[in-house]
Amino acid sequence: MERQTHIISALVEHKPGVLYSVSNMFRRRAFNIESITVGPAEQKDIARMTIVVNADERILEQVVKQLNKLIDVIKVSVLDPAASVVREMVLVKIHTPNSNVRSDVINYVNVFRGRVVDIAPDSLIVEITGDPDKINAFIDLVRNFGIKELARTGVTALSRGLKSVRI
Amino acid sequence: MVNMSGAEALVKALEKEGVKHIFGIPGGATLPIYDVLYDSDIRHILVRHEQAAAHAADGYARVSGRPGVCFATSGPGATNLVTGITNAYMDSVPIVAFTGQVPTSWIGKDAFQEADIVGITTPITKHNFQVQKASDIPRTVKMAFYIATSGRPGPVLVDLPKDIQIDHAEMEFDDEISLRGYKPTYEPHPIQVRRAAELLANAEKPMIIAGGGVIASNASEELIRLSEKILAPVATTLMGKGAIPEDHPLALGQLGMHGTLAANKLILEADVLLCVGMRFSDRTTGDPKKFCPDAKIIHVDIDSSEIDKNIKCYLPIVGDAKLTLHAINEALNVVLKEKRTEWMRKVKEFKAQWESSVKEGFTPPYLMKVLREILPKDAIVATEVGQNQMWAALYFKSYLPRTFVSSGGLGTMGFGFPAAIGAKVARPDRIVVDIAGDGSFMMNYPNLACAVSENIPVIIIVLNNSVLGMVAQWQRLFYGRRYSQVHLGGVPDFVKLAEAHGAQGLRAETVEEFRKAVKQAIESDVVTVIDVPISPEENVFPMIPAGKSYEDMIVEGS
Repeated sequence: MERQTHIISALVEHKPGVLYSVSNMFRRRAFNIESITVGPAEQKDIARMTIVVNADERILEQVVKQLNKLIDVIKVSVLDPAASVVREMVLVKIHTPNSNVRSDVINYVNVFRGRVVDIAPDSLIVEITGDPDKINAFIDLVRNFGIKELARTGVTALSRGLKSVRI
Repeated sequence: MVNMSGAEALVKALEKEGVKHIFGIPGGATLPIYDVLYDSDIRHILVRHEQAAAHAADGYARVSGRPGVCFATSGPGATNLVTGITNAYMDSVPIVAFTGQVPTSWIGKDAFQEADIVGITTPITKHNFQVQKASDIPRTVKMAFYIATSGRPGPVLVDLPKDIQIDHAEMEFDDEISLRGYKPTYEPHPIQVRRAAELLANAEKPMIIAGGGVIASNASEELIRLSEKILAPVATTLMGKGAIPEDHPLALGQLGMHGTLAANKLILEADVLLCVGMRFSDRTTGDPKKFCPDAKIIHVDIDSSEIDKNIKCYLPIVGDAKLTLHAINEALNVVLKEKRTEWMRKVKEFKAQWESSVKEGFTPPYLMKVLREILPKDAIVATEVGQNQMWAALYFKSYLPRTFVSSGGLGTMGFGFPAAIGAKVARPDRIVVDIAGDGSFMMNYPNLACAVSENIPVIIIVLNNSVLGMVAQWQRLFYGRRYSQVHLGGVPDFVKLAEAHGAQGLRAETVEEFRKAVKQAIESDVVTVIDVPISPEENVFPMIPAGKSYEDMIVEGS
């Protein structure tokens, strides 16, 4: 069966130890996490985890079932990529030794609808938000200038319109 | 609302759960609890190692159907529970383990006897808790017992920092709890049930495999009714042993790596397999790619994550074994057109072939038959792990559910004896026997001191071959008789060992002596160790080598 990337949205109890029990389950069952993001959800005491996995259909089914089995996991859904808003943010500190490079970078940032959020004598910090492909494209583009530091948030996502992952 | 200390709230909450027995060892981090226990009617059984506390709670739960409870102090006390908790997790046994913990202000500071037991037990418990304030204790205990015993049962651990045990608070003992992330499915889907009934009615050679779920949900009656109704023979996994009386004409005994000839041959012919409350472990399936490729598999389990985990099934049913078997029985109102005569003839033939394979002599298979003749129907047999376990599983017939206690998933040597202690505490009216090997019994024998001093008269039969028998068997069959680190040197003298602990020690070197010793052990009603010296060359057959399939079964003399 073909492996592909899937985005899982899970509502969990917002309390200590839940992230550990989720990541522990992935390790124990030998499932791979590509990325995981966690933050408070719309309702008090509940957090939303967005987990990206690369798996075939059978493993994906197991991942969802094993997540559901955890007592502190309240609801699990696999998002349909075509009907979801998927976003990730990256901060990149780019080496800009002279004004030519700096203006090139700023041009790229504008095309990618990003922002320059910090300027130092020989570097810039750029913020780009978008789906992972867009972020990959930007990183590839500026790699030749020299990336001094890079931090990605991992993917977060919501279903569009009426379809919701709620309790 | 009542004002009391955390320790008092804990004991009161346990009493409210109906807890009558606790297995454990006190320590620095559980002193406040043990001080309250001093005045409680709950009986505390002082084991000699915390591993035994967990196994005893496990055996207690298996034979009684009620959750077993064990206590340990922080640090080493808690970590000593780990094997026992894992054992209960693998076999889906409801135990609740309580551990002391260093005071909250010391957590994370590497304090004396501190261990992150919640972190350690996360992958081996159904759920675990660390209580953060005294007033949370009643609700946490309630949740722990509810989670351990509902849905697919399993162990739950509650970690109690010492200051929480001492703190006083207004305690509220609620009877109702609801967990928004935990809603087990009990009722099977009616459409799936109807499809299962149709498949079974139209099958030519249906067969049922009953696992531990049939025992856990007390579904034996429904299982037997269904098998008789559709004329389907029943094989059991190790965990399902006793689900159908093994003298029933449709009972085939154990299936799998060490399955009976009857079960392992007939499964190759079955066209529809109804697999209930079992999880297709590698010991049952062999090579999963070659497991009954032509049979239509109906898989019934209360845990949806078991569906298609190891074996892809034709028809999944998520639900409780008892309710599902009942529903299938109800849906099967058709009268079978033909009596499946050819299939029944084969069942009879293979069963007879298997039954006749045990020859009289001083061999483990025959001793198991002799033991069966002596023990009453409702006697409880626990086993250790290895050859002793497989001889018991294959040749000691179980007639009732919850009378066979064995470490299935984890295969824990040293499990049987403490589990037998737990079983005897739960069922003092029954005779409880641990069928042991010398290697396994050595792992937890110090609990002889517990059994004697607490007056828990269990019988330990040591099939003593002076080797780690199952490892030796594999070295004999697959490693050219290169016996590496399996010889145990013929020590100790188990009769003297028993006597040193104040137990009765007997030795049996002939079938007649064996018969006499078992009868003496039963009549004297004291803790008894029966040393049974057997040949180190004995093998357990039939056997499917690891990773092979049912076609590759090795039988005696082949």
